[in-house]
Amino acid sequence: MSEPIRLKTPLTEEDVLKLKIGDSVLLTGKIYTARDAAHKRLFDLAEKGEPLPLDLKGQIIYYAGPAPAKPGYVIGPAGPTTSGRCDPYTPKLLEIGLKGMIGKGVRSKEVKDAMQKYKAVYFAATGGAAALIAKNIKAVKVVAYEDLGAEAIRELEVEDFPLIVANDAYGGDLYEEGMKKYRRE
Amino acid sequence: MREVEYNTVVETVARLCKEANYFLGDDVYNAIKNGLEKEESPVGKDILNQLLKNADIAKNEEIPICQDTGFAVIFLEHGADVRVKGDINQAITEGVAKGYTEGYLRKSILSDPVKGKNTNDNTPPIIYTTIVPGDKIKITVAPKGGGSENMSAVKMMTPADGIEGVKKFVIDTVVQASSNPCPPIVVGVGIGGNFEYVAFLAKKALLRNIGERNPDPFYADVERELLEKINNTGVGPMGLGGRITCLDVFIEVFPRHIASFPAAVNINCHAARHKSAVI
Repeated sequence: MSEPIRLKTPLTEEDVLKLKIGDSVLLTGKIYTARDAAHKRLFDLAEKGEPLPLDLKGQIIYYAGPAPAKPGYVIGPAGPTTSGRCDPYTPKLLEIGLKGMIGKGVRSKEVKDAMQKYKAVYFAATGGAAALIAKNIKAVKVVAYEDLGAEAIRELEVEDFPLIVANDAYGGDLYEEGMKKYRRE
Repeated sequence: MREVEYNTVVETVARLCKEANYFLGDDVYNAIKNGLEKEESPVGKDILNQLLKNADIAKNEEIPICQDTGFAVIFLEHGADVRVKGDINQAITEGVAKGYTEGYLRKSILSDPVKGKNTNDNTPPIIYTTIVPGDKIKITVAPKGGGSENMSAVKMMTPADGIEGVKKFVIDTVVQASSNPCPPIVVGVGIGGNFEYVAFLAKKALLRNIGERNPDPFYADVERELLEKINNTGVGPMGLGGRITCLDVFIEVFPRHIASFPAAVNINCHAARHKSAVI
Protein backbone atom coordinates (compact mmCIF):
# COMPACT_ATOMS: atom_id res chain seq x y z
CA MET A 1 0.00 0.00 0.00
CA SER A 2 1.21 3.52 -0.76
CA GLU A 3 2.57 5.79 1.99
CA PRO A 4 -0.27 7.21 4.06
CA ILE A 5 -1.21 10.86 3.55
CA ARG A 6 -1.08 12.89 6.78
CA LEU A 7 -4.07 15.18 7.21
CA LYS A 8 -5.00 17.74 9.86
CA THR A 9 -8.47 19.04 10.70
CA PRO A 10 -10.24 21.28 9.85
CA LEU A 11 -10.10 20.33 6.16
CA THR A 12 -9.80 22.85 3.35
CA GLU A 13 -11.19 22.36 -0.14
CA GLU A 14 -7.60 21.89 -1.29
CA ASP A 15 -7.13 19.02 1.21
CA VAL A 16 -10.28 17.35 -0.06
CA LEU A 17 -9.43 17.72 -3.74
CA LYS A 18 -6.08 15.97 -3.44
CA LEU A 19 -7.70 12.79 -2.03
CA LYS A 20 -8.62 9.87 -4.28
CA ILE A 21 -10.38 6.59 -3.48
CA GLY A 22 -8.05 3.95 -2.05
CA ASP A 23 -5.72 6.55 -0.49
CA SER A 24 -4.56 5.64 2.97
CA VAL A 25 -4.78 8.55 5.43
CA LEU A 26 -3.57 9.27 8.97
CA LEU A 27 -5.83 11.92 10.47
CA THR A 28 -4.89 14.24 13.34
CA GLY A 29 -6.97 16.94 15.04
CA LYS A 30 -10.51 17.47 16.27
CA ILE A 31 -13.41 15.45 14.86
CA TYR A 32 -17.03 15.16 16.02
CA THR A 33 -19.07 12.01 16.69
CA ALA A 34 -22.70 11.96 15.61
CA ARG A 35 -25.08 9.11 14.82
CA ASP A 36 -28.53 9.30 13.22
CA ALA A 37 -30.31 10.59 16.38
CA ALA A 38 -27.94 13.60 16.60
CA HIS A 39 -28.09 14.05 12.82
CA LYS A 40 -31.84 14.42 12.93
CA ARG A 41 -31.52 17.28 15.41
CA LEU A 42 -28.76 19.02 13.43
CA PHE A 43 -30.76 18.59 10.23
CA ASP A 44 -33.94 20.05 11.73
CA LEU A 45 -32.02 23.14 12.91
CA ALA A 46 -30.24 23.57 9.57
CA GLU A 47 -33.54 23.25 7.68
CA LYS A 48 -35.01 26.05 9.77
CA GLY A 49 -31.86 28.12 9.27
CA GLU A 50 -31.22 28.16 13.02
CA PRO A 51 -27.68 28.03 14.50
CA LEU A 52 -26.20 24.60 15.22
CA PRO A 53 -24.60 23.76 18.59
CA LEU A 54 -21.28 23.46 16.72
CA ASP A 55 -19.88 25.06 13.56
CA LEU A 56 -19.49 22.34 10.92
CA LYS A 57 -17.46 24.42 8.43
CA GLY A 58 -14.43 22.39 7.36
CA GLN A 59 -15.14 19.77 10.01
CA ILE A 60 -15.35 16.00 9.96
CA ILE A 61 -18.19 13.94 11.49
CA TYR A 62 -17.38 10.47 12.77
CA TYR A 63 -20.36 8.11 12.80
CA ALA A 64 -19.71 6.49 16.16
CA GLY A 65 -21.21 5.82 19.58
CA PRO A 66 -18.42 4.74 21.92
CA ALA A 67 -18.66 2.20 24.73
CA PRO A 68 -18.15 3.58 28.28
CA ALA A 69 -14.55 4.25 29.32
CA LYS A 70 -12.96 1.99 31.91
CA PRO A 71 -11.32 3.90 34.79
CA GLY A 72 -7.99 5.30 33.58
CA TYR A 73 -9.10 5.37 29.94
CA VAL A 74 -9.86 8.50 27.85
CA ILE A 75 -12.67 6.72 26.01
CA GLY A 76 -14.13 3.25 25.57
CA PRO A 77 -13.85 1.31 22.32
CA ALA A 78 -15.04 3.60 19.52
CA GLY A 79 -15.30 2.05 16.06
CA PRO A 80 -17.43 3.32 13.18
CA THR A 81 -21.13 2.57 12.83
CA THR A 82 -23.12 2.15 9.60
CA SER A 83 -23.01 5.49 7.76
CA GLY A 84 -26.08 4.84 5.63
CA ARG A 85 -28.43 5.64 8.52
CA CYS A 86 -27.26 9.27 8.33
CA ASP A 87 -27.70 9.51 4.54
CA PRO A 88 -31.07 11.32 4.61
CA TYR A 89 -29.54 14.18 6.65
CA THR A 90 -26.05 14.36 5.10
CA PRO A 91 -26.57 16.47 1.93
CA LYS A 92 -27.94 19.32 4.07
CA LEU A 93 -24.89 19.21 6.36
CA LEU A 94 -22.55 19.19 3.36
CA GLU A 95 -24.39 22.23 2.02
CA ILE A 96 -23.58 24.17 5.21
CA GLY A 97 -19.89 23.35 5.10
CA LEU A 98 -19.20 19.83 6.42
CA LYS A 99 -16.07 18.62 4.60
CA GLY A 100 -15.56 15.05 5.74
CA MET A 101 -17.24 11.96 7.17
CA ILE A 102 -15.84 8.82 8.75
CA GLY A 103 -17.85 5.62 9.00
CA LYS A 104 -18.42 2.24 7.44
CA GLY A 105 -20.52 1.22 4.48
CA VAL A 106 -21.83 2.50 1.19
CA ARG A 107 -23.47 5.91 0.79
CA SER A 108 -26.61 6.83 -1.13
CA LYS A 109 -26.54 8.44 -4.56
CA GLU A 110 -27.82 11.68 -3.00
CA VAL A 111 -24.84 11.79 -0.59
CA LYS A 112 -22.33 11.00 -3.35
CA ASP A 113 -23.81 13.71 -5.58
CA ALA A 114 -23.70 16.24 -2.73
CA MET A 115 -20.07 15.29 -2.02
CA GLN A 116 -19.16 16.21 -5.60
CA LYS A 117 -21.21 19.40 -5.51
CA TYR A 118 -19.88 20.71 -2.19
CA LYS A 119 -16.41 19.06 -2.36
CA ALA A 120 -16.29 16.61 0.51
CA VAL A 121 -14.65 13.29 1.31
CA TYR A 122 -15.85 10.08 2.97
CA PHE A 123 -13.38 7.92 4.84
CA ALA A 124 -13.83 4.27 5.85
CA ALA A 125 -12.57 3.26 9.27
CA THR A 126 -12.28 -0.41 10.18
CA GLY A 127 -15.57 -1.59 11.65
CA GLY A 128 -15.07 -3.63 14.77
CA ALA A 129 -11.49 -2.42 15.32
CA ALA A 130 -12.89 -0.34 18.16
CA ALA A 131 -10.29 -1.10 20.85
CA LEU A 132 -7.47 -0.27 18.41
CA ILE A 133 -9.12 2.97 17.21
CA ALA A 134 -9.59 4.12 20.82
CA LYS A 135 -5.77 4.21 21.12
CA ASN A 136 -5.71 7.02 18.55
CA ILE A 137 -8.12 9.14 20.59
CA LYS A 138 -6.28 11.45 22.98
CA ALA A 139 -9.09 13.56 24.46
CA VAL A 140 -12.86 13.61 24.46
CA LYS A 141 -15.60 15.99 25.55
CA VAL A 142 -19.35 16.07 25.03
CA VAL A 143 -20.25 19.21 23.07
CA ALA A 144 -23.99 18.70 22.46
CA TYR A 145 -27.02 16.51 23.14
CA GLU A 146 -25.72 14.88 26.30
CA ASP A 147 -29.22 13.38 26.78
CA LEU A 148 -28.52 11.03 23.86
CA GLY A 149 -25.95 9.09 25.91
CA ALA A 150 -23.70 7.04 23.59
CA GLU A 151 -25.25 9.03 20.72
CA ALA A 152 -24.32 12.49 22.06
CA ILE A 153 -22.05 14.71 19.95
CA ARG A 154 -18.49 14.35 21.24
CA GLU A 155 -15.40 16.27 20.24
CA LEU A 156 -12.55 13.81 19.85
CA GLU A 157 -8.90 14.74 19.55
CA VAL A 158 -7.39 12.09 17.35
CA GLU A 159 -3.81 11.39 16.42
CA ASP A 160 -2.89 9.38 13.32
CA PHE A 161 -6.35 7.82 13.03
CA PRO A 162 -5.91 5.28 10.16
CA LEU A 163 -8.49 5.73 7.38
CA ILE A 164 -9.10 4.78 3.75
CA VAL A 165 -10.70 7.17 1.26
CA ALA A 166 -13.90 5.34 0.26
CA ASN A 167 -15.65 8.13 -1.68
CA ASP A 168 -13.86 11.17 -3.08
CA ALA A 169 -15.05 14.54 -4.39
CA TYR A 170 -14.80 13.25 -7.98
CA GLY A 171 -17.54 10.64 -7.68
CA GLY A 172 -15.12 7.76 -7.06
CA ASP A 173 -16.50 4.86 -4.99
CA LEU A 174 -14.06 2.29 -3.57
CA TYR A 175 -16.93 -0.02 -2.54
CA GLU A 176 -17.87 -0.41 -6.21
CA GLU A 177 -14.37 -0.35 -7.66
CA GLY A 178 -12.85 -2.66 -5.04
CA MET A 179 -15.52 -5.30 -5.47
CA LYS A 180 -15.20 -5.20 -9.27
CA LYS A 181 -11.44 -5.57 -9.04
CA TYR A 182 -11.48 -8.68 -6.84
CA ARG A 183 -14.60 -10.37 -8.21
CA ARG A 184 -14.15 -13.87 -9.71
CA GLU A 185 -16.77 -15.57 -11.85
CA MET B 1 -34.02 -32.98 41.66
CA ARG B 2 -30.75 -31.06 41.52
CA GLU B 3 -30.95 -27.42 42.57
CA VAL B 4 -28.86 -24.46 41.38
CA GLU B 5 -28.51 -21.21 43.33
CA TYR B 6 -30.14 -18.12 41.78
CA ASN B 7 -26.86 -16.23 42.13
CA THR B 8 -24.91 -18.87 40.24
CA VAL B 9 -27.02 -18.03 37.20
CA VAL B 10 -26.58 -14.26 37.73
CA GLU B 11 -22.78 -14.53 38.08
CA THR B 12 -22.38 -16.95 35.19
CA VAL B 13 -24.37 -14.77 32.79
CA ALA B 14 -22.52 -11.62 33.90
CA ARG B 15 -19.16 -13.34 33.30
CA LEU B 16 -20.20 -14.68 29.89
CA CYS B 17 -21.40 -11.21 28.76
CA LYS B 18 -17.97 -9.79 29.54
CA GLU B 19 -15.96 -12.70 28.10
CA ALA B 20 -17.96 -12.80 24.87
CA ASN B 21 -17.30 -9.10 24.36
CA TYR B 22 -13.61 -9.05 25.36
CA PHE B 23 -12.21 -12.29 23.95
CA LEU B 24 -12.32 -13.09 20.25
CA GLY B 25 -12.67 -16.87 19.82
CA ASP B 26 -9.43 -18.69 18.95
CA ASP B 27 -11.22 -20.23 15.97
CA VAL B 28 -12.08 -16.77 14.60
CA TYR B 29 -8.62 -15.37 15.36
CA ASN B 30 -6.98 -18.23 13.44
CA ALA B 31 -9.43 -17.91 10.56
CA ILE B 32 -8.54 -14.21 10.18
CA LYS B 33 -4.84 -15.11 10.37
CA ASN B 34 -5.28 -17.73 7.62
CA GLY B 35 -7.27 -15.23 5.59
CA LEU B 36 -4.34 -12.85 5.71
CA GLU B 37 -2.30 -15.31 3.64
CA LYS B 38 -5.01 -15.56 0.98
CA GLU B 39 -5.95 -11.89 0.84
CA GLU B 40 -4.72 -10.18 -2.34
CA SER B 41 -5.88 -6.62 -1.66
CA PRO B 42 -3.34 -4.44 0.21
CA VAL B 43 -6.20 -2.52 1.86
CA GLY B 44 -7.80 -5.86 2.79
CA LYS B 45 -4.57 -7.13 4.32
CA ASP B 46 -4.19 -3.94 6.30
CA ILE B 47 -7.74 -4.34 7.66
CA LEU B 48 -7.22 -7.99 8.65
CA ASN B 49 -4.02 -6.99 10.45
CA GLN B 50 -5.94 -4.27 12.30
CA LEU B 51 -8.54 -6.83 13.39
CA LEU B 52 -5.87 -9.11 14.86
CA LYS B 53 -4.19 -6.21 16.64
CA ASN B 54 -7.59 -5.08 17.90
CA ALA B 55 -8.33 -8.56 19.28
CA ASP B 56 -4.96 -8.59 21.09
CA ILE B 57 -5.65 -5.22 22.72
CA ALA B 58 -9.19 -6.20 23.75
CA LYS B 59 -7.96 -9.47 25.28
CA ASN B 60 -4.96 -8.01 27.11
CA GLU B 61 -6.82 -5.00 28.51
CA GLU B 62 -10.20 -6.68 28.96
CA ILE B 63 -12.11 -4.11 26.94
CA PRO B 64 -14.73 -4.80 24.24
CA ILE B 65 -13.61 -5.87 20.76
CA CYS B 66 -16.30 -3.57 19.33
CA GLN B 67 -18.17 -0.61 20.82
CA ASP B 68 -21.45 -2.23 19.75
CA THR B 69 -21.60 -4.82 22.49
CA GLY B 70 -24.91 -5.99 21.13
CA PHE B 71 -28.29 -7.28 22.13
CA ALA B 72 -27.70 -10.05 24.69
CA VAL B 73 -29.11 -13.19 23.04
CA ILE B 74 -29.20 -16.14 25.42
CA PHE B 75 -29.57 -19.81 24.50
CA LEU B 76 -30.54 -22.08 27.39
CA GLU B 77 -30.37 -25.85 27.30
CA HIS B 78 -32.19 -26.62 30.49
CA GLY B 79 -31.95 -30.16 31.88
CA ALA B 80 -35.31 -31.62 32.92
CA ASP B 81 -33.85 -32.81 36.25
CA VAL B 82 -32.53 -29.49 37.55
CA ARG B 83 -34.22 -26.38 38.88
CA VAL B 84 -32.97 -22.90 39.70
CA LYS B 85 -33.99 -21.58 43.14
CA GLY B 86 -36.08 -18.67 41.87
CA ASP B 87 -37.03 -17.26 38.47
CA ILE B 88 -34.34 -18.24 35.97
CA ASN B 89 -35.39 -15.57 33.44
CA GLN B 90 -35.10 -12.92 36.14
CA ALA B 91 -31.67 -14.27 37.13
CA ILE B 92 -30.47 -14.07 33.51
CA THR B 93 -31.78 -10.51 33.16
CA GLU B 94 -29.98 -9.54 36.35
CA GLY B 95 -26.81 -11.18 35.05
CA VAL B 96 -26.98 -9.20 31.80
CA ALA B 97 -27.44 -5.91 33.69
CA LYS B 98 -24.52 -6.76 35.97
CA GLY B 99 -22.21 -7.88 33.15
CA TYR B 100 -22.93 -4.85 30.96
CA THR B 101 -22.59 -2.38 33.84
CA GLU B 102 -19.52 -3.85 35.55
CA GLY B 103 -17.84 -4.69 32.25
CA TYR B 104 -18.10 -1.17 30.75
CA LEU B 105 -20.12 -2.55 27.85
CA ARG B 106 -22.31 -0.23 25.80
CA LYS B 107 -26.01 -0.11 26.62
CA SER B 108 -27.86 -0.25 23.31
CA ILE B 109 -31.41 -1.32 24.19
CA LEU B 110 -34.51 0.90 23.97
CA SER B 111 -37.45 0.05 26.23
CA ASP B 112 -39.99 0.30 23.40
CA PRO B 113 -39.27 0.08 19.64
CA VAL B 114 -41.16 3.29 18.84
CA LYS B 115 -41.57 5.32 22.03
CA GLY B 116 -38.64 3.90 24.00
CA LYS B 117 -35.75 5.33 25.96
CA ASN B 118 -32.47 3.57 26.70
CA THR B 119 -32.95 1.04 29.52
CA ASN B 120 -29.39 1.90 30.66
CA ASP B 121 -28.42 -1.65 31.61
CA ASN B 122 -28.83 -3.39 28.23
CA THR B 123 -31.83 -5.40 29.43
CA PRO B 124 -33.99 -7.14 28.53
CA PRO B 125 -32.09 -10.02 26.95
CA ILE B 126 -33.68 -12.31 24.36
CA ILE B 127 -33.88 -15.81 25.86
CA TYR B 128 -34.43 -19.08 23.97
CA THR B 129 -35.04 -22.08 26.22
CA THR B 130 -34.93 -25.72 25.20
CA ILE B 131 -35.69 -28.49 27.69
CA VAL B 132 -33.19 -31.34 27.36
CA PRO B 133 -32.55 -34.58 29.30
CA GLY B 134 -30.15 -34.41 32.27
CA ASP B 135 -29.52 -32.30 35.37
CA LYS B 136 -27.32 -29.54 33.93
CA ILE B 137 -28.03 -26.12 32.44
CA LYS B 138 -25.97 -24.93 29.47
CA ILE B 139 -26.01 -21.16 29.07
CA THR B 140 -24.74 -19.54 25.87
CA VAL B 141 -24.45 -15.76 25.60
CA ALA B 142 -24.26 -14.49 22.02
CA PRO B 143 -24.20 -10.66 21.95
CA LYS B 144 -25.37 -9.50 18.51
CA GLY B 145 -24.51 -6.12 17.02
CA GLY B 146 -26.92 -4.00 14.99
CA GLY B 147 -24.79 -3.62 11.87
CA SER B 148 -24.80 -7.29 10.97
CA GLU B 149 -28.30 -8.06 12.29
CA ASN B 150 -29.76 -5.34 10.05
CA MET B 151 -28.38 -7.07 6.96
CA SER B 152 -30.09 -10.40 7.71
CA ALA B 153 -33.14 -11.69 5.82
CA VAL B 154 -35.95 -14.25 5.76
CA LYS B 155 -37.53 -15.42 2.51
CA MET B 156 -40.56 -17.66 2.05
CA MET B 157 -39.32 -19.45 -1.06
CA THR B 158 -41.24 -22.02 -3.09
CA PRO B 159 -40.29 -25.70 -3.10
CA ALA B 160 -39.43 -25.28 -6.80
CA ASP B 161 -36.63 -22.87 -5.83
CA GLY B 162 -34.78 -25.78 -4.22
CA ILE B 163 -31.25 -25.67 -2.85
CA GLU B 164 -30.06 -23.60 -5.85
CA GLY B 165 -32.60 -20.94 -4.91
CA VAL B 166 -31.30 -20.91 -1.34
CA LYS B 167 -27.70 -20.52 -2.55
CA LYS B 168 -28.67 -17.54 -4.72
CA PHE B 169 -30.60 -15.98 -1.82
CA VAL B 170 -27.59 -16.33 0.50
CA ILE B 171 -25.14 -14.80 -1.97
CA ASP B 172 -27.50 -11.98 -2.96
CA THR B 173 -28.04 -11.13 0.72
CA VAL B 174 -24.29 -11.02 1.39
CA VAL B 175 -23.54 -8.85 -1.66
CA GLN B 176 -26.42 -6.53 -0.82
CA ALA B 177 -25.06 -6.23 2.76
CA SER B 178 -21.64 -5.18 1.40
CA SER B 179 -19.60 -3.50 4.14
CA ASN B 180 -22.43 -2.91 6.63
CA PRO B 181 -22.09 -6.18 8.61
CA CYS B 182 -18.30 -5.67 8.99
CA PRO B 183 -16.83 -8.37 6.75
CA PRO B 184 -15.15 -10.81 6.98
CA ILE B 185 -18.50 -12.15 8.12
CA VAL B 186 -19.84 -15.46 9.42
CA VAL B 187 -23.07 -16.55 7.73
CA GLY B 188 -25.81 -18.57 9.44
CA VAL B 189 -28.37 -20.15 7.13
CA GLY B 190 -31.69 -21.73 8.13
CA ILE B 191 -33.65 -23.92 5.72
CA GLY B 192 -37.09 -25.44 6.45
CA GLY B 193 -39.41 -25.23 9.43
CA ASN B 194 -41.73 -22.24 9.18
CA PHE B 195 -41.54 -18.44 9.12
CA GLU B 196 -40.24 -17.80 12.66
CA TYR B 197 -38.40 -21.08 13.17
CA VAL B 198 -36.20 -20.67 10.09
CA ALA B 199 -34.86 -17.38 11.48
CA PHE B 200 -34.11 -19.14 14.77
CA LEU B 201 -32.21 -21.87 12.87
CA ALA B 202 -30.08 -19.26 11.09
CA LYS B 203 -29.28 -17.61 14.42
CA LYS B 204 -28.50 -20.93 16.10
CA ALA B 205 -26.13 -21.81 13.24
CA LEU B 206 -23.94 -18.88 14.32
CA LEU B 207 -23.12 -20.66 17.58
CA ARG B 208 -20.87 -23.13 15.75
CA ASN B 209 -17.10 -22.69 15.70
CA ILE B 210 -15.25 -21.91 12.46
CA GLY B 211 -14.65 -25.09 10.49
CA GLU B 212 -17.40 -27.06 12.23
CA ARG B 213 -19.34 -28.63 9.33
CA ASN B 214 -22.97 -29.78 9.24
CA PRO B 215 -22.93 -33.53 10.04
CA ASP B 216 -24.92 -34.27 6.85
CA PRO B 217 -22.34 -34.47 4.01
CA PHE B 218 -24.86 -32.91 1.58
CA TYR B 219 -25.16 -29.73 3.64
CA ALA B 220 -21.46 -29.77 4.52
CA ASP B 221 -20.76 -29.56 0.77
CA VAL B 222 -23.23 -26.71 0.35
CA GLU B 223 -21.48 -24.86 3.21
CA ARG B 224 -18.10 -25.24 1.49
CA GLU B 225 -19.53 -24.21 -1.88
CA LEU B 226 -21.21 -21.11 -0.44
CA LEU B 227 -18.03 -20.07 1.38
CA GLU B 228 -16.09 -20.23 -1.88
CA LYS B 229 -18.77 -18.40 -3.85
CA ILE B 230 -19.08 -15.64 -1.24
CA ASN B 231 -15.32 -15.17 -1.25
CA ASN B 232 -15.45 -14.89 -5.05
CA THR B 233 -17.85 -11.94 -4.91
CA GLY B 234 -14.94 -9.57 -4.29
CA VAL B 235 -16.71 -7.73 -1.42
CA GLY B 236 -13.60 -8.21 0.75
CA PRO B 237 -12.65 -6.98 4.24
CA MET B 238 -14.92 -4.07 5.23
CA GLY B 239 -16.45 -4.20 1.73
CA LEU B 240 -13.53 -2.34 0.18
CA GLY B 241 -12.66 -5.17 -2.21
CA GLY B 242 -10.70 -8.36 -1.65
CA ARG B 243 -10.68 -12.12 -1.33
CA ILE B 244 -11.75 -12.58 2.29
CA THR B 245 -15.42 -11.66 2.62
CA CYS B 246 -16.50 -14.59 4.75
CA LEU B 247 -14.85 -16.82 7.38
CA ASP B 248 -17.46 -19.61 7.32
CA VAL B 249 -21.02 -20.59 6.42
CA PHE B 250 -23.16 -22.74 8.72
CA ILE B 251 -26.43 -24.35 7.63
CA GLU B 252 -29.11 -25.66 10.00
CA VAL B 253 -32.15 -27.46 8.61
CA PHE B 254 -35.56 -28.67 9.82
CA PRO B 255 -38.44 -30.61 8.20
CA ARG B 256 -40.90 -28.44 6.26
CA HIS B 257 -44.57 -28.33 5.24
CA ILE B 258 -45.15 -29.66 1.70
CA ALA B 259 -46.27 -26.19 0.57
CA SER B 260 -43.47 -24.14 2.15
CA PHE B 261 -39.74 -23.68 1.64
CA PRO B 262 -38.55 -21.01 4.09
CA ALA B 263 -34.93 -19.85 4.15
CA ALA B 264 -33.15 -17.37 6.40
CA VAL B 265 -29.75 -15.70 6.40
CA ASN B 266 -28.40 -14.33 9.67
CA ILE B 267 -25.13 -12.48 9.20
CA ASN B 268 -22.58 -12.13 11.97
CA CYS B 269 -19.68 -9.68 12.00
CA HIS B 270 -16.04 -10.77 12.26
CA ALA B 271 -16.26 -10.75 16.07
CA ALA B 272 -18.71 -13.72 15.89
CA ARG B 273 -19.32 -13.51 19.64
CA HIS B 274 -20.59 -16.46 21.68
CA LYS B 275 -19.48 -17.95 24.98
CA SER B 276 -20.98 -20.88 26.88
CA ALA B 277 -20.89 -22.38 30.37
CA VAL B 278 -22.50 -25.42 31.96
CA ILE B 279 -23.83 -25.10 35.51
